[in-house]
Amino acid sequence: MAPEEIGVIIARSNDAPTIESEAQLRALLSGLSGVDAVGVEARAAKLATRSIKKSTKMTAIDLAISMVDLTTLEGADTPGRVRSLCTKALRPDPRDLTVPSVAAVCVYPDLVAQARTALGDANVSVAAVATAFPSGRASMAVKLLDVREAVEAGADEIDMVIDRGAFLAGRLGQVYEEIVAVKQACGDAHLKVILETGELVTYDNVRRASWLAMLAGADFIKTSTGKVAVNATPPVALVMLEAVRDFAETSGRVVGVKVAGGIRSTKDAMKYLVIVNETAGSAWLTPQRFRFGASSLLNDLLMQRLKQQRGAYVRPDEFSGD
Amino acid sequence: MSDRLEVRKTYKLLVNGAFPRSESGRTYEVLSARGEFLANVAQGSRKDLRDAVVAARAAQSKWWSSSAYNRGQVIYRCAEMAESRRAELAEHVGLAEGVGAKQSAKSVARAIDRIIWYAGWTDKVAQVFGGANPVAGPFFNFSVPKPCGVVAVVASQDSSLEGFVDQVFAPLCTGNSVIAVSSERRPTPSILLGEMTATSDFPPGVLNIVTGVTSELAPILASHEDVDGIDLTGLDQSAATELHALAAGSIKRVFRSSAHDTSSSTRRLRTFIDTSTVWHTIGQ
Repeated sequence: MAPEEIGVIIARSNDAPTIESEAQLRALLSGLSGVDAVGVEARAAKLATRSIKKSTKMTAIDLAISMVDLTTLEGADTPGRVRSLCTKALRPDPRDLTVPSVAAVCVYPDLVAQARTALGDANVSVAAVATAFPSGRASMAVKLLDVREAVEAGADEIDMVIDRGAFLAGRLGQVYEEIVAVKQACGDAHLKVILETGELVTYDNVRRASWLAMLAGADFIKTSTGKVAVNATPPVALVMLEAVRDFAETSGRVVGVKVAGGIRSTKDAMKYLVIVNETAGSAWLTPQRFRFGASSLLNDLLMQRLKQQRGAYVRPDEFSGD
Repeated sequence: MSDRLEVRKTYKLLVNGAFPRSESGRTYEVLSARGEFLANVAQGSRKDLRDAVVAARAAQSKWWSSSAYNRGQVIYRCAEMAESRRAELAEHVGLAEGVGAKQSAKSVARAIDRIIWYAGWTDKVAQVFGGANPVAGPFFNFSVPKPCGVVAVVASQDSSLEGFVDQVFAPLCTGNSVIAVSSERRPTPSILLGEMTATSDFPPGVLNIVTGVTSELAPILASHEDVDGIDLTGLDQSAATELHALAAGSIKRVFRSSAHDTSSSTRRLRTFIDTSTVWHTIGQ
């Protein structure tokens, strides 16, 4: 779908359907059609074979760089590491000013202040994972406090995790209310809702969770925390992109998608960009609507970029680790 | 009963311990020295080499951090594997090089002995090429030979097994990982040897073998910035000079030789090591 088309829809449609009761939510979600698992996997695999060459590849690499949420979510993170990551986020390749900055730096809430200071007023956002990341198993009060502290410290974006236990047990209302409450606590900050698709078992669940998050007010839906065995996969991304496309068509509200975890190579990134283009449309090919949550991906993108320019393969240690 | 159908062999690449077909899907016909059809062999591509370099880089630190004694054992085991498949190797060397049974058997025997020679070198390199240096001060000063890293080998076009063994095992025994481009017209003995390394406890990726058109593959390795050394034996003088210049772009170590050198020279061994010098105070 072209951007202007979306503009038309936004102009003429009403807001997203208002959810008044859990029964209504349940009826709405169970009314979604099931996902053809074989079909979605075949389509994702087919799209992944598409080859992107030369100038198109250069454009795609730059686009992918501008979509990266440069992430460090280790127990061993230090303020120094976050500062160097921010430097890298602003200017991924210091020798080449034509390389765009990444979209955001993604850190734990306690390091938001350091990231904010290091990034200043630059056009790179600070994203914080909050709400008892990565398990999401804490009381509501703790989760909201986590979010408020991150926002007060200067986070522009909050990555929250849904309570998968509650979702899988069918307590949809509880999940919905949590997202609504976190969205309120975010204030002006953008809310990304992590579905942790690796734990949702079926594509049907992914579709329902996507709709649930969008109905509850998510600005982005995100595949994974990166902390479980199964992270973002192309078929899951496809299902989520279909969901945001359909949601935009019915409600007029545009929601972004973030894929995270296990995306390490330029080749992987290209696959996702093709899927975005072919599913949600080229309007989603912008950092405002699509993101990669990754750390090592950035270096591979820079390596491939340099390879395109030099015509020879580049050594990985051309670029800093953090 | 009808005659049995022959089981034909697919000659594939060796990349990261696996035997894939070329990513490009290409193959080419290899003829025997007498011009008869011998085999369809995978015709490797730029991307096969790219994958091989990534595998070799990842494997090198593990190979080097294993003890010299252990590397010797692994290389020795490769000789054991080759020993039990001597007849098969000799047949292929004979067909590829167009020599008689006696000569090819001798060539294979020499190649296997050579592997054992290199197995012996693994724990002697540090003694022979390193040492304690005399310094004017209360310090120990050691020179320690270390592998230069990932080494590309453009295999001899003529010597299908002996030459290949020399070129590949010299960098391997000093702790490098290797990407070898086999002889274009005579690749089958090297492919067999590659299969033997898969049963010799070589960590995957330490030795990678890509078959194909030398003039297509060699420049890619020469210009690849993540390759630390290159052996240009399989190229004629003008091509080698051209690639020598390409290799200079990323400061590679280069080994050049006009023909397969059969003497027990350590020149290859010495080419692909870096010497690092360490100071240490003399304690009481």
